[in-house]
Amino acid sequence: MLDAIRGRLRNVLTPETIQCKSCKAEIPKSKLKKNLMVCPECGTHLRMDARSRIALIADKNSFKEMFSTLQSSDFFNFPGYQDKLEKAQETTGENEAVICGTLKINGQEAAVFVMDSRFIMASMGSVVGEKITRIFEYAEKNSLPVIGFTASGGARMQEGVVSLMQMAKVSGAVKKHSDAGHLYITVLTDPTTGGVTASFAMQGDIILAEPKALVGFAGRRVVEQTTKSKLPDNFQTAEFLLEHGFIDNIVPRAELTKTLSSLLCLHKKKEAECNDSIRKAQSRTA
Amino acid sequence: MTAYEKLKAARHSHRPTGAEYIKNIFKDRIELHGDRRFGDDAAIIGGIGFLNDIPVTYIAIDKGADIESRIKKNFGCPKPEGYRKALRLMKQAEKFSRPVICFVDTQGAFCGADAEERGQGEAIAENILEMMGLKVPVISIVIGEGGSGGALALACANKVYMLEHSVYSVISPEGCASILWKDASKVEQAAEVLKITAEDMKRLNVAEDIIPENFDSFGEMCGNIANLLYRDVKELSALTPDEIREERYERFRCFGVYSENK
Repeated sequence: MLDAIRGRLRNVLTPETIQCKSCKAEIPKSKLKKNLMVCPECGTHLRMDARSRIALIADKNSFKEMFSTLQSSDFFNFPGYQDKLEKAQETTGENEAVICGTLKINGQEAAVFVMDSRFIMASMGSVVGEKITRIFEYAEKNSLPVIGFTASGGARMQEGVVSLMQMAKVSGAVKKHSDAGHLYITVLTDPTTGGVTASFAMQGDIILAEPKALVGFAGRRVVEQTTKSKLPDNFQTAEFLLEHGFIDNIVPRAELTKTLSSLLCLHKKKEAECNDSIRKAQSRTA
Repeated sequence: MTAYEKLKAARHSHRPTGAEYIKNIFKDRIELHGDRRFGDDAAIIGGIGFLNDIPVTYIAIDKGADIESRIKKNFGCPKPEGYRKALRLMKQAEKFSRPVICFVDTQGAFCGADAEERGQGEAIAENILEMMGLKVPVISIVIGEGGSGGALALACANKVYMLEHSVYSVISPEGCASILWKDASKVEQAAEVLKITAEDMKRLNVAEDIIPENFDSFGEMCGNIANLLYRDVKELSALTPDEIREERYERFRCFGVYSENK
């Protein structure tokens, strides 16, 4: 009881800090947020929730959320799942582990999905699969590019084989969108693993990643046990993937909006549209 | 049988492997090797042969029948080059309008450092993406273990069948137990809660049907499988290439349980 009061007092008296997972520096939360959740001491890109990420890249008031009322259910009566769902909803204020919608980046419209690792490690269950499938179907119908921010522990075990089937379901929609000639950009963020890596994370026309993001299929410990040797420090990092030819580039968070904007512009089907959006962007920065 | 007993049966070392089904079902076979990029993964075998009078492409994850071949085949855990070989054969099948028949039997894709280096995730992702777009009939049979993404990479099919005592799961029951109860020995409970049996798959529409096992009369059993495959291939071949693809899309589009407040 006394401890709890002391703890609360401490929170009031001293500003809330977040410890950098890399250099262990204690950084005031507000300062960290202003710096896009990038550690000002060592440059480590800390995890960012989905809403902040949308705010980072979207033109002001341009984001329109879609499919937000989809709710997961514990259809297998899986031990602890209902609790997990409720807790995740409570702590994040979100319905599920992915947010979908449309937005504009420097005036250019795109469909987006953004995964939020705070929600059961953004594991992929029915709702995550359904929302991402729908955003690809919507983007295909409306001739929009898709930008996807991935972060996930993989498939959602609590939904058994149904979660595995989401990998095929989403991939089918990605394929249709792709065959219709539309652009799909993925931005791999920390951590992107398992079934998400083994499906839509690696299916982008252009695959970007944030610095030092963990990206892999199997977990590091499992790989270590299988390989029976120590793995290099950079194993399964964005840098490791770039070196092995599996991603197009690593983009620091501060440059992300500009990079995405340029990529959208470079894929405009008519030259005039591209010039128009460049002009708009320039007038905004001027 | 409990789910755990079925899991043990699915993993049993005396179970016929992928290679044995291929030998008994297809005639005039030519085996094809390699992914044209890195190597030839012995865990995945494939080639062309006749299903009755129809030329088909066959692909199987093969665990190997004796200890020597099991080591060579990495106990049926494919590496990226295995998945890329399978994809090459599938795209080749599409070019020549051949149906594709897959046999799935793996505890999962290989988890070694070399597999990660060569893009295990990307290899599986690419297979799933391309399989969802194939314009020829694809039929997959889970003959033992259907382990997660490594199995799905050969099972994005128009029709999926489960052998009577085969299992299909998003995670190994051992892995599930160690996450859920921090105790890998609680495999029995994990197998139960994960819903991994052939009956579960049929109930969840993950599989069209269950194929009875009769390993004592294996030739006869394979004859029945051949008849089943022939019937399906004939039925699917009546569709146009675009319809075949769309049918597969709709099959997978239905998966998911959720509610929606409009």
